[in-house]
Amino acid sequence: MDSNLSSMIDLSPGPLPSSLQLTREGKLRHFLTIEGLSPLMLEEILDRAEQFVTLPNKNQSKAPLLRGKTVINLFFENSTRTRMTFELAAKRLSADLINLDINTSATSKGESLLDTIRNLEAMNVDMFIVRHQHSGAAHFIARYAAPHISVLNAGDGHHSHPTQAMLDMLTIRQHKGAFPPLKVAIVGDILHSRVARSQIHALTTLCAGEVRVIGPRTLMPVGVEAMGVNVFHDLYEGLEGVDVIIMLRLQKERMQNALLPSAHEYYKRYGLRKEALACAKPDAIVMHPGPSNRGVEIDSVVADGSQSVILQQVSNGIAVRMAVMSMVMSAQSGKLK
Amino acid sequence: MKIVVNNAHLIDPANGVDEVTNLYITDDCISHIGTEALDHFGADQVIEAEQRLLIPGLIDLSVYLREPGQEYKAKIATESEAAVSAGITQLCCMPEPDTTIDSMPTVDLIHKISSQQGKARINVIGAMSKELQGKQLTNMGGLKHAGCIAVTNQRQAFTSTYTLRMAMDYAATYDLLAFLHPIDKELTGRGVVHEGAIATRIGLPGIPAAAETVALAQIIHLAEELNIPVHICRLSSAKSVEKIRAAKKRGTRITADVAAHQLFLTEMDISDFNPLCHVQPPFRSQRDLDALRAGVADGTIDAICSDHQPHEIDAKLAPFQQTQPGISALETLLPLVMRLSEETAIPLNQLIASVTHNPAKIIRSLQGDLQIGNQADFTLFDKKDHWQLAIAEFISQGKNTPFAGWSFNGRTAMTFVAGKCVFDRSVK
Repeated sequence: MDSNLSSMIDLSPGPLPSSLQLTREGKLRHFLTIEGLSPLMLEEILDRAEQFVTLPNKNQSKAPLLRGKTVINLFFENSTRTRMTFELAAKRLSADLINLDINTSATSKGESLLDTIRNLEAMNVDMFIVRHQHSGAAHFIARYAAPHISVLNAGDGHHSHPTQAMLDMLTIRQHKGAFPPLKVAIVGDILHSRVARSQIHALTTLCAGEVRVIGPRTLMPVGVEAMGVNVFHDLYEGLEGVDVIIMLRLQKERMQNALLPSAHEYYKRYGLRKEALACAKPDAIVMHPGPSNRGVEIDSVVADGSQSVILQQVSNGIAVRMAVMSMVMSAQSGKLK
Repeated sequence: MKIVVNNAHLIDPANGVDEVTNLYITDDCISHIGTEALDHFGADQVIEAEQRLLIPGLIDLSVYLREPGQEYKAKIATESEAAVSAGITQLCCMPEPDTTIDSMPTVDLIHKISSQQGKARINVIGAMSKELQGKQLTNMGGLKHAGCIAVTNQRQAFTSTYTLRMAMDYAATYDLLAFLHPIDKELTGRGVVHEGAIATRIGLPGIPAAAETVALAQIIHLAEELNIPVHICRLSSAKSVEKIRAAKKRGTRITADVAAHQLFLTEMDISDFNPLCHVQPPFRSQRDLDALRAGVADGTIDAICSDHQPHEIDAKLAPFQQTQPGISALETLLPLVMRLSEETAIPLNQLIASVTHNPAKIIRSLQGDLQIGNQADFTLFDKKDHWQLAIAEFISQGKNTPFAGWSFNGRTAMTFVAGKCVFDRSVK
């Protein structure tokens, strides 16, 4: 019985996430990670997202691109913003969307991830939007899901959050145009941040002039330089002359794990306040993936200031997710343009 | 029963033999070795072994048999069959949290099952603490009496350095060798892969090399102070090799082993979240791998073991962090050791010693060589058999190997335990 079982399920991990997410023709089939995607592919996502960006106060019309498709929000980890923007994106593309509440679903009764996936597949769904606390979860699902299903990674462990990175790129492009002359600083808890990892991959792929990461040594992952960034431990030094500042959220539990002494000291050393912002270029923009902790990593004056583009990031989030959803569905069915 | 093996390339590192010769077996023992034919021998069976290596049966210092308690993962019968099919004639059964060998009845049960169903010799390593919880010591005197050849706390931490020291000292009372895994629990934390650029890139929590070296330094200092021998299990980092080398130079009674897969795979192999490469200690950098190989080459690392951990398929079907660590490795131990002799300048005799004579010395086994008068445990290795590892042909109940698809030059043709053929590929 055991040997039958093993011949049925292939244990080998399959291709790298970066190649798993492309069709043989090089189209986007899943969206798992930025790593390995070409600059052209990223530009295509941004161009397409640009078409979906709507102006405020303008009536939202639905595009029929995902009509008849069923999308499942599969969030194994809490999220408000990402989940809602995916939901809005799916609805604006005319898809049917189901939010699966993991806390009350079979997973909390001990069902394995693979069984959950198999059961949902049996309901003829077309797309999974996955958030999971473990790195590689979206890759795992993409590897074992039926061939007609696309998987969008809405954040896996500390690994990747590709749609967040792309909405950030869109926001940067809207303000700054081309990437090569830009200096971008990412500030805060790099160690635990999937957002930072995806942003770094996106920025280096799009040939940003310089990517800096700024934070205390305890929140800096070992060997991060290998990803093509310059490491700074002093906020003022790191922000010198940058065009874009991306602040990361600091989780409260970091103080309990001896990674940091106190929120107070963190705010003093790494919180973005007016004086620190003054080190950057005068027209530098300030970004934050949200939800932000005012008074911990960012001062209200800065978060609400003229250089802040935080709310624009949120609206871009819907456009980018619409773009990616329509791209993977067209790669899957070949029916859409 | 009299058996003669003719014209085999016999390698017996313990006795410095490396030549084409004949091996004579009378009943369960080796009765003669020599190139000239023994006319009056009157063999019942003649084995022509041209182009074959004849080496002592392998002694594997770490095998998880999973029985009793986890028969859904593996059983003594299946795993000992897998062992002999790959030239392993003797193995050390490790305790683990779900099969804690912490009492005499469990030891007796394993001995009983293995004597009824086992094809290989099975030695039992007992637990140092009750349920491996690192708190209360086990009845080590009783475990010794029941036949345990050594004790270990497996990969589980002691609740304090004090308890570790006491456990080591108490084990020495009964002349039981402590098999200690250098793993600092706090520094390991939630880590699952080597802390470094790859872990950073794929966002998996890392285990720093210091999680090993800090624990190792502790063990070495305690062993030196207590003046007792100690065996260090499963090295993974370059710095650990250095520490062992220095301790040996000082005259510390210390031996060490490495799992064969640590000599071939690195952190690069988990870059696609390959759960089959989820092991503890984790695969580290290329530099660490090179240092481990150098440690084998200069004798700092005494033994190479399989660290066989068979799993049911579900244990590996999950996102990386949720998978269980370990490789089903009995059947790749000898192939990897042979491959090492192709890839490095380490002499074949020395590599064979690291899986036969050296582990025998560590556990004070009488096996591990081809001494005349000794029980005939040996394997015939067909150098001409080029093969590719296919999961479908795996004998172990655990199919979790990252080496599927690898090609190997040569493999086990026949295996004998106490003069009895326990595996013959030609009749499989």
